[in-house]
Amino acid sequence: MSPAPRDRLAALPRGGPGLARRAWNALVLAGCGAGLALVLLPMIMLVAHIVARGLPGLSLAFFVSMPKPVGEPGGGMANAIVGTMILVGACGLIAVRVGGGTGLYLAEYGRGPFAGAVRYAAELLAGVPSIVVGVAAYGLVVLTIGHFSAIAGAIALAILMLPTIVRSTEEVVRLVPRSYREAALALGAPRWRVVQSVVLPAASAGIVTASMLALARAAGETAPLLLTALGNRFWSVALDQPIASLPVMIFDYARAPYSDWNQQAWTGALVLLLLVTAVSAMLRLAVRRIG
Amino acid sequence: MKPRAGWMSLATQTRPPSVAPARGESAPPPPAPAASAPGAPPVAEAPDAISVRDFSLFYGAHPALKHIGFDVPAHSVTAIIGPSGCGKSTLLRSFNRMNDLIAGVRTEGEVRVAGLDVRSADVVELRRRVGMVFQRPNPFPKSIFDNVAFGLRLLGIRDRAELEARVEQSLLRAALWNEVRDRLNRSALQLSGGQQQRLCIARCLAVEPEVILMDEPASALDPTATARIEELVLDLKRAYTIVVVTHNMQQAARISDRTAFLLDGELIEIDETPRLFTSPSRKLTEDYITGRFG
Repeated sequence: MSPAPRDRLAALPRGGPGLARRAWNALVLAGCGAGLALVLLPMIMLVAHIVARGLPGLSLAFFVSMPKPVGEPGGGMANAIVGTMILVGACGLIAVRVGGGTGLYLAEYGRGPFAGAVRYAAELLAGVPSIVVGVAAYGLVVLTIGHFSAIAGAIALAILMLPTIVRSTEEVVRLVPRSYREAALALGAPRWRVVQSVVLPAASAGIVTASMLALARAAGETAPLLLTALGNRFWSVALDQPIASLPVMIFDYARAPYSDWNQQAWTGALVLLLLVTAVSAMLRLAVRRIG
Repeated sequence: MKPRAGWMSLATQTRPPSVAPARGESAPPPPAPAASAPGAPPVAEAPDAISVRDFSLFYGAHPALKHIGFDVPAHSVTAIIGPSGCGKSTLLRSFNRMNDLIAGVRTEGEVRVAGLDVRSADVVELRRRVGMVFQRPNPFPKSIFDNVAFGLRLLGIRDRAELEARVEQSLLRAALWNEVRDRLNRSALQLSGGQQQRLCIARCLAVEPEVILMDEPASALDPTATARIEELVLDLKRAYTIVVVTHNMQQAARISDRTAFLLDGELIEIDETPRLFTSPSRKLTEDYITGRFG
């Protein structure tokens, strides 16, 4: 016979867990805390350093004026800020459509060897260094057009974003509860209609979050842009011309032997950080509003 | 519509009990009930909303339903009972072809629902005429209004005024209108479980089906919400034919006119609910309803 519940409670040792168990608990907790600190510390140091070094150069002029020639004081990165926005916007448009569509295909219809091949290709792509993607885009787009251009940069960045978006979209779409699909099908909805009006809206928040992560990465990429968008010291918003971008500008200015350029590189880094944070916060808010 | 009478008076009704062939026999199709037999004199009752003839369903090589045959008269509630895994839900899902979603399902025999041959009918048309309510409330993550309007929009109704009128009517019929009338644009996920289930019923009523299939519609709900769903079922049978899968025998006894007992994919017995629960003609049925197994 097993004792009544009350008796079983009484049979527990009094005074709580023993010393060894409490010590072990404290040790594991301390280990977790140390791990947390190790993760947070570099991030905090990085952000603090960028803010400390970048803030002195931050002014309205930095956002609205063009780079000045060497030796002239002042000037800003207006062309690079706008250029980065154009590049990221264009590559986002390409990558979210292609990547989202591929992810949706894999989740909804992805069976058999072809889907397996697509999945494997996405995985391989994730492991390709960004400079290699830059070289590929140089060969495919820049050489075809005949000169460096913003669209070549956007394509290179889009290729870099694709694997993240494909895999996350597939996962998020798979997470949409089966019961939603069943409800829609039982009402007589054809398959494409179920995907369009039930599955996609339900998965949209996740797709946007994944796209934001990928976009933030793409916004900071430098290597592929050197080989595709090149950079531009003048104002240009044309997609078929070389375009300035913050990462490339930061790269140039940080290497330059002029201290005022170095200062501008720090401020550029701060602005890039702020830009990415602001855009992702706004998109998240927008998604929460819809959902 | 006949009023809901006590058990004893129901026992005098005309429909003969059709007893399924004994387990293990190579089962011939059961005799067709008088109402649909060829050449039979027309009966006063409405034609059967569902008729199942020698219907079998296989998952690959495994038979999940074996030679099922019975009829469901229009404007009645039929309960399907039986232990878990006996094929209750599979049978229910055969009526609107939800089993199509599962790979490797094969069927034999004939099922007619709402005048359509289920196997050859256009599945979209079939599912419009045959609504379904699931075990767990499954409203879409959309507004209450958009949930009910979903099926209407599928039918191509775009006119705002008509949508509003039909959404209101459906919510009224599902006994939910008074609780949600001033928050139709709020998310359906904010409703309680019982309200969500009534919303799902309203969503299914909106496209004016003839038959409503319910797969354990109250098993995820608390007793109060369950009682409201049961009341609703009794109310809805005036206009619709309802088939309810349940493993709650009290519930079957409370809400159904006829009860079918399924075991291991075979229809053991189907009869007027009071008779099945008080004097079942098969020993297996008696054992099950008295709790000797299952």
